[in-house]
Amino acid sequence: MNSQLLIGYTARDTFLNRLSGSTKLIGFVALSIIGMVTYDTRFLLGVLLISLILFHFSKIKYHEVAFVLQVIVAFAILNLVMVYVFAPSYGITIYGTHHMILGSPDHYFNLSWEQLFYEFNLLLKYIFAVPLALIFLMTTNPSEFAASLNKIGVSYRISYSVAIALRYIPDVQNDYRTISLAQQARGYEISRKAKLMTRAKGAVQIIMPLILSSLDRIEIISQAMELRRFGHNKKRTWYMAQPFKRNDYLALIIIVLIVLVGIALFKVNGGRFWNPFK
Amino acid sequence: MNNKNQSSNSIRTVVATGIGAAVIFVLMKFVAIPTGIPNTQFNVAEGFLALLAALYGPVAGGLAVFIGHSLNDFVTYGSPWWTWVITDGLVGVALGLIKNRLNVTGGAVKTMKLVWFNLYQIVVNFVAWVLIAPTGDVLVYHEPAAKVYLQGVTSWIVNSVSVAIIGTILIVLYSRTRAQHGSLKKEK
Repeated sequence: MNSQLLIGYTARDTFLNRLSGSTKLIGFVALSIIGMVTYDTRFLLGVLLISLILFHFSKIKYHEVAFVLQVIVAFAILNLVMVYVFAPSYGITIYGTHHMILGSPDHYFNLSWEQLFYEFNLLLKYIFAVPLALIFLMTTNPSEFAASLNKIGVSYRISYSVAIALRYIPDVQNDYRTISLAQQARGYEISRKAKLMTRAKGAVQIIMPLILSSLDRIEIISQAMELRRFGHNKKRTWYMAQPFKRNDYLALIIIVLIVLVGIALFKVNGGRFWNPFK
Repeated sequence: MNNKNQSSNSIRTVVATGIGAAVIFVLMKFVAIPTGIPNTQFNVAEGFLALLAALYGPVAGGLAVFIGHSLNDFVTYGSPWWTWVITDGLVGVALGLIKNRLNVTGGAVKTMKLVWFNLYQIVVNFVAWVLIAPTGDVLVYHEPAAKVYLQGVTSWIVNSVSVAIIGTILIVLYSRTRAQHGSLKKEK
């Protein structure tokens, strides 16, 4: 359980850390949206390569993210298997040709290069943004993140909500753990050994105090913020806000270029798919 | 006076969004039971969302689950699966729209209202998980329809059950702790 939570910001001395949060946020969102839409293998591989190179420069150690990566890969594989089971000839439908490895297109279960290629593209789409997301999460200070959201045009109230969420996740987690241990000490079994119903009841016994204490917390924090006149003005400044520097403009230009290449490829391919089978 | 109330309500919305997102994140991470179909879980978080939205309205409900869900996707899958995150946000908004009708803060909620609330949430979840989310997956991600609709139907069932059981229990328990509206009378 602990290992899932080790993903977090630590100060590292790299150029990625020094980029402003806004740049990294724009970069991540722009690349993940273009990668979400496109099915061009060359483009996805290119972005994956760039993000792996960036990951190398970010000085994030593999063991810091190993657990998360294993979970991501396991889910990606499960999804790919499921796609195959539900639509074994989807690739043939998309690419319009059939180069068979096993079976024939008339059977439900068959294996074609088109299907393999389609699933390879899916795999790329599942994982290409992962290094970027990890870089973003691990090199951006949470307080600066809220400032960046505000800077790219999100209302400061919403940015502040995000800041509160990031600030209180560790607290809520601690509460959860404390309550869970206390209830287990009183005899509620929630481990895998117990039956499903017992586990469900145990879970309810934990979330009740957790939720009620969180509702109390909402009252306390909003009163504290009201006392400090939060929301009185139309704008607010951020202690952690970083001004754009030369490197930020450079990075933004590169991001725009990558996105433009992605859009240009739609024109070249005449659609979202790059078809090597023609 | 009216103005002052409004500003304190909007602060409460901001805080409820933030704390709500944190709680949803923690619940999605620790109290989720896998259903056997990849990427679909029985989420206690949906039940909590029902209470949060009923207490603080559509804006807090929608944004809280949007933020909580995308943060959870971030640390679990590496990047948010935008179509489902947005759909979840819409569910939060829809559940928040009945805030005044349900009136949780006005004392114990009557059985008829609970039945009506449950019918409403089942319809909302149907529209969200069977219609919007999988269609978004087919259009945006180009995934095979059979797979995403199966995931959608599973999510519809588990999310409705989560709101029906956990959401209803939370709403009943919480509303019982509030003083009944009009329960105090002036002595003559």
